[in-house]
Amino acid sequence: MKKYILAVLVDNKPGVLTHVSGLISRRAFNIESISAGYTEERDVTRINIEVSVEDNRELEQVVSQLGKLIDVIKIVNLGEVDSIVRELVLLKVKAQKETLSDIRNIVDIFRGKIVDVSPENVVIELTGSRSKIDAICEMLAEFQIIEIARTGAIALSRGPIPVKNM
Amino acid sequence: MLSTFVGGGRALERGEIFLLMNGAQAVLESLRRENVEVIFGYPGGAVLDLYDALYKAKYPHILTRHEQGAVHGADGYARATGKVGVCFATSGPGATNLITGIATANMDSIPMVCFTGQVGNPYIGKDSFQEADIVGITTPITKHNYLVKKVQELPRVIKEAFFIASTGRPGPVVIDIAKDVFTAELDYEYPEKVYLPGYSGDFTGDEAQVSAVVEALGKAKRPLFFIGGGVNLSNQTELFRQIVDHTHIPVVSSLMGLGCVPSTQDGFLGMVGMHGSYAANMAVQECDLLIGVGVRFDDRVIGKVAAFAPKAKVVHFDVDRAEINKNVVADYPVVGDLRWSMPVFAHLLQSSGENYTARFNIWRNYVIEMNDQYPFAYQKHSEYIMPQELIETVSQLVDDNTIVVTDVGQHQMWAAQFFNSRKPRQFLTSGGLGTMGYGLPAALGAKLGQPDKKVVLFTGDGSIMMNCQEMSTAADNDIDVKIVLLHNRVLGMVTQWQRMFYGKRYSQTLLGGKTDFVKLAEAMGMKACRISKPEELLPGLRAALAADGPMLIDVMLPANEDVLPMVAPGACISDMVLGGEKE
Repeated sequence: MKKYILAVLVDNKPGVLTHVSGLISRRAFNIESISAGYTEERDVTRINIEVSVEDNRELEQVVSQLGKLIDVIKIVNLGEVDSIVRELVLLKVKAQKETLSDIRNIVDIFRGKIVDVSPENVVIELTGSRSKIDAICEMLAEFQIIEIARTGAIALSRGPIPVKNM
Repeated sequence: MLSTFVGGGRALERGEIFLLMNGAQAVLESLRRENVEVIFGYPGGAVLDLYDALYKAKYPHILTRHEQGAVHGADGYARATGKVGVCFATSGPGATNLITGIATANMDSIPMVCFTGQVGNPYIGKDSFQEADIVGITTPITKHNYLVKKVQELPRVIKEAFFIASTGRPGPVVIDIAKDVFTAELDYEYPEKVYLPGYSGDFTGDEAQVSAVVEALGKAKRPLFFIGGGVNLSNQTELFRQIVDHTHIPVVSSLMGLGCVPSTQDGFLGMVGMHGSYAANMAVQECDLLIGVGVRFDDRVIGKVAAFAPKAKVVHFDVDRAEINKNVVADYPVVGDLRWSMPVFAHLLQSSGENYTARFNIWRNYVIEMNDQYPFAYQKHSEYIMPQELIETVSQLVDDNTIVVTDVGQHQMWAAQFFNSRKPRQFLTSGGLGTMGYGLPAALGAKLGQPDKKVVLFTGDGSIMMNCQEMSTAADNDIDVKIVLLHNRVLGMVTQWQRMFYGKRYSQTLLGGKTDFVKLAEAMGMKACRISKPEELLPGLRAALAADGPMLIDVMLPANEDVLPMVAPGACISDMVLGGEKE
């Protein structure tokens, strides 16, 4: 299985997320993550979809079927162009006085931030690639991770050209 | 037809740009501007205001006896005319009763706009009486859908819906309208154009793709056309027939492509696939260039994918990019509307200077001979009317402009095999979804769309019961449809599979046979007759088909006939169980 990140520009209208998610489930596509947010244009929402496909033919199907949706304006496979991929994770980890400095060291190594502290836990914010996030989760496992919230991957191409002009 | 303004709102002085009216009137005014001749529907709580406006406007409307009848009626109308079919239903159960019909239209790419009432804005999301999330439910079975919560959006949404339904690959669009929108007032203005950033409606493709096909044809020795519903839907039949005449390339058809080439024409090998003709299936396996036109390579056609057309390069003309390489990999894709690609193709063939007829003559004669040797065939019986014989007899009795509608099952396949479909948009059947109960309401819709054509429905004693209430609609509105009931007291297609693959264990497929369909039809206000013996067949059918008004013809048939030839599901399409001998 190969993974790709698709940048899907859609009309910012009610029902559009239903249409996109409905299509994904109906066609039995494998989705690793999906996230959506506003863009530099008022009427346009960007949906970032991380798909996992067997081969090019399946990828082509995902793109063509998504492209048929009336509210979809543009789809670009950012896996095919040079791009920057990031994911944000928030981690709630058990922490006592004795373990706090160890945790802080790990967070520093990964260039994360501790954004909340209480007597029993810390909340850590970290952005990075999926493998980096997986790695910090592994490192922090010994302190006991209480809760994880991940955004899924988002991506931007390098260089001045935006997806809408590709 | 409706030349005068139907809104009936206030301040309707001519010359005024804006017209004050309510949402219900705006719906009807928009339909008038889309030249909608008739609405199929069923009233209810959430659409009371819409029906009140309809009453005042005297807008043509057919009251079916079930919402499923309304949606199939709109579908039959659309298939027979090429126009957009329109139906109305209320919220909740009214709207959910449309689902089967919307899915049927979606699978066969039929242009349709369905209006459903929704509970009022303040009640949405509260599990209110007769509330159902219709946008959510219909998302996987529509080309597009809308929930209208503000009256100002109505004209734009309706304009977009008709545009989306009828352009590119056609399909059904649902407009769900909150009840209070119907009574809210707006300054009505119908947009002249749509603005959809993700959908231009322009499906012109790349000419280089067509040139590549012509080049491939220059090298081919055994080319074969495989046509489908797209040829019907894009009204390209005439041009396609010219291409066939010019090149002499033999033709096979999917169920949905029947009628594009007359069944009797030399070089037309009939339907291909699970119940296709021997010659059609063998030609696919033998050809070296398979030219798919408006087809989607359905599993009922291709059987085992790996063994399908093993010697051929595949050409695929289709308006829908997502169909390319979906089921079968295309060596030469041509993405674009057939209304664009067929004229380009025809022109390039003409200007190529090739003498195609001479080049393909040996191959063409070979497949025609094969078709003559192994036609669709059956054995007549002295005591029983054979179902194939019934279809053939009807085929001989009716004129070239007759529209045939079918339900789903054995009778559908016999109709596809033995009825001589002569013209496009005259063989209406639920192909993709295979919806039992489609036939009768679709036949009513077809007749309303084409009142000058005779409409004959082939149905079975299984299928007819799924929407038999529409006999009342036929009778009360005097819609002249002839129902030919293939009555064999079994759910035939399922018994056939049980006979072949399940050790003759007829699980829940034997009907008791006590239902008297003549009485049922008469009780609903239709005329009816029964034909039981072979000698009654011709005179009985002749009299019944010539009679005025809607009529049911109950034809008694043996129960154990199989539809043949047959390819087992998932098998190679040349692996056929053949049928009876040619007599």
